[in-house]
Amino acid sequence: MLLIKHGRVLDPASRTDDTLDVLLDGDRIVRVGKALSISSGADVLDASGLCVAPGFIDIHCHLREPGFELSETIESGLRAAARGGFTAVCPMANTRPVNDNASITRAILNRARELGGVRVWPIGAASKEQKGEGLAEIGGMKDAGIVAVSDDGRPIATAKLLRQVMEYCGALGLTVIDHCEDASLFAGNVMREGRRSTELGLPGMPAQTESVCVARDIQICELTGARLHVAHLSVRPSLDLVREAKRKGLPVTCEVTPHHLTLCDDDVQYDSHFKMNPPLAAREDREALIAGLTDGTVDAIATDHAPHAAHLKQVEFDCAPFGVTGFETALPLALTDLVHTGRVPLLRVVELFTTGPARVLGSVSPAAGTRAITEGAPADLTLFSLDREWTYHTRDTASLSRNTPFDGRTFRGAVAATIVAGKVVWQT
Amino acid sequence: MSLGFHDLLGLEPLTAAQIEFLLDQSKPFQKFNAQPLKKLATLRGRTVVLAFFEASTRTRVSFATAAARLGADAMNLQAEASSLRKGESMLDTVATLDAMKPDLFVMRHSSSGAPHMVADLLEIPVINAGDGWHEHPTQGLLDALTMRDRKGRLDLNVTILGDIQHSRVARSNINLLTKFGARITLCGPAMWLPKELEQLGPTIHREPDFARALEDADVVLALRVQKERLHEPSLPLEDYILLYQLTPARLKRAKPDAIVLHPGPMNRGLEIDPAVADGPQSCVLEQVTNGLAVRMALLFLMLGGAAIVDAPTILSEAARG
Repeated sequence: MLLIKHGRVLDPASRTDDTLDVLLDGDRIVRVGKALSISSGADVLDASGLCVAPGFIDIHCHLREPGFELSETIESGLRAAARGGFTAVCPMANTRPVNDNASITRAILNRARELGGVRVWPIGAASKEQKGEGLAEIGGMKDAGIVAVSDDGRPIATAKLLRQVMEYCGALGLTVIDHCEDASLFAGNVMREGRRSTELGLPGMPAQTESVCVARDIQICELTGARLHVAHLSVRPSLDLVREAKRKGLPVTCEVTPHHLTLCDDDVQYDSHFKMNPPLAAREDREALIAGLTDGTVDAIATDHAPHAAHLKQVEFDCAPFGVTGFETALPLALTDLVHTGRVPLLRVVELFTTGPARVLGSVSPAAGTRAITEGAPADLTLFSLDREWTYHTRDTASLSRNTPFDGRTFRGAVAATIVAGKVVWQT
Repeated sequence: MSLGFHDLLGLEPLTAAQIEFLLDQSKPFQKFNAQPLKKLATLRGRTVVLAFFEASTRTRVSFATAAARLGADAMNLQAEASSLRKGESMLDTVATLDAMKPDLFVMRHSSSGAPHMVADLLEIPVINAGDGWHEHPTQGLLDALTMRDRKGRLDLNVTILGDIQHSRVARSNINLLTKFGARITLCGPAMWLPKELEQLGPTIHREPDFARALEDADVVLALRVQKERLHEPSLPLEDYILLYQLTPARLKRAKPDAIVLHPGPMNRGLEIDPAVADGPQSCVLEQVTNGLAVRMALLFLMLGGAAIVDAPTILSEAARG
């Protein structure tokens, strides 16, 4: 038994924001209330001055195992996730080999089970080897434990394939996550097109590279009625399309990343730590994304944690792979740049890390109904300090990779403890 | 006055005063290069790396000649002949060259920003000899020297023609000239003329109409059309010639004493009519001569030479041998 005392409980499901004690027994929350008395034998965690939230879910990350273990392993990735306050993470399928069949899914889940910390809810490929041709073994992977499908790293290649995947997944209750990008507008470009790309002389892609594909996907969503989730949405035109689709009642959701909420193309330097896909967008896009957090258009904040070993990133900007790490900086960025600036309410930010992503995954996923601080809910909790000031250094990261633009950044707000199934898996 | 910078990665960060100083310091070298005896001992014992990760003839030869005339030794690296083909990273190649203890690093690279990475790595000064679409600062300086010699000032009406978007020559000229209040008109096919170019400075505007773009110009800078760019977005060559070739008839729209610049190598009959290239207003070869003087001044100053007060100093040193 573990008693978490005097914490500020933030529970988006019940709109609770109150100082309460939470008692955990095994992998369940057993009591929530004011000044709970301790039965003998319970460990006590004094959460005075800390916020206690349901366990954070990251519905978009890359753990690189199998295949790219110089950049990250399941072990190192989950350690970094725990430090970032995540109790469950959804690794994308673009490993080598691709997670496109049950045996790979099982191998990932077995490794995660051996490690025993943060939960792993894998996302399976939509197409075989993510080649955009035949369907992956989606039924088998669902059996093995995937929670959604995606060809992330690239878009689902054609409208026809997307239609098949969505029809099939709709019947299985799996959300289809798409990395929206028009291949022809994307090809050869390394950042967002605009004043900054013109200044730097780097090939830029327009915002429509993303929104053209979002428009296609929403049309197919309307055709099939199956659930569509837009990954790492980054520009206003895409957001407008999702808002309109939601207004029509279509089952469309979307996520944004912490870096798209806090940086823009003006920040790009000749440093591949500013190279990610989708690229950092215009300042106006960033403002629109923040507005999307508060008006409910955006459903989740997802890191798109994309580790790359130093030797892969320390090359010419246009030769470097896309992507930045994100687990350890996600909540600190959100607190510093969104909450403390008064732009997004704290409870809403918590929702975007918890019940929001759980809803994206849908009612048949293992996440369904689990993100709440109520009796009987799973004992997955994220504890954080709203005000602790600290400086992030990549030399201290648990990830095998250090490709982040936030090295040396000072934050206000820090993760204090990560609890999975009643066990403290990380604590400051 | 001294240089006030360690690396020359672009003209954008320099002030007008720094640029004026560099142009002034190039003047003695113009005179020096006109002498029969063209060898100084000033940089004897110094080594300059010429690392060309992208093919170049004129810029490489110009830097090599500049180094030789100052008495420095040059270490040449051409990407074709290097270990890059074996998969070595650029920074490893640079570190290898640096381990031979050179004193200055000149580099060209097809990736914008590559010299910035190298400058972060190296202690010795770095000169950008052209990076991707970004900047070609010594070209900007030699163009400015040519303009100032011919016109006596730099607050001119300058028209730049061609593929502006992919041109480091255009960016360096824009970054330099806007500091002197020049009015810059950009003209070329619309897909090579993104609207953001106007945000590079306060006195820049795009003019899609070729004839109007030339009106009142003091300087006409025709850029080289890179033929490989014509495939993407497959612009017909014939169209380019019809709409955008600099011909004697079109040049008449400019001021009568307007000068014509081209960074070379020229595609005669494509972006420029041979009659213009060889005509009385063309300064193409003068640009090459000035390029050598500018690069000598830069190597001299960046390797710690004190500012030259007057031309006779350097000429008398040359006489001493």
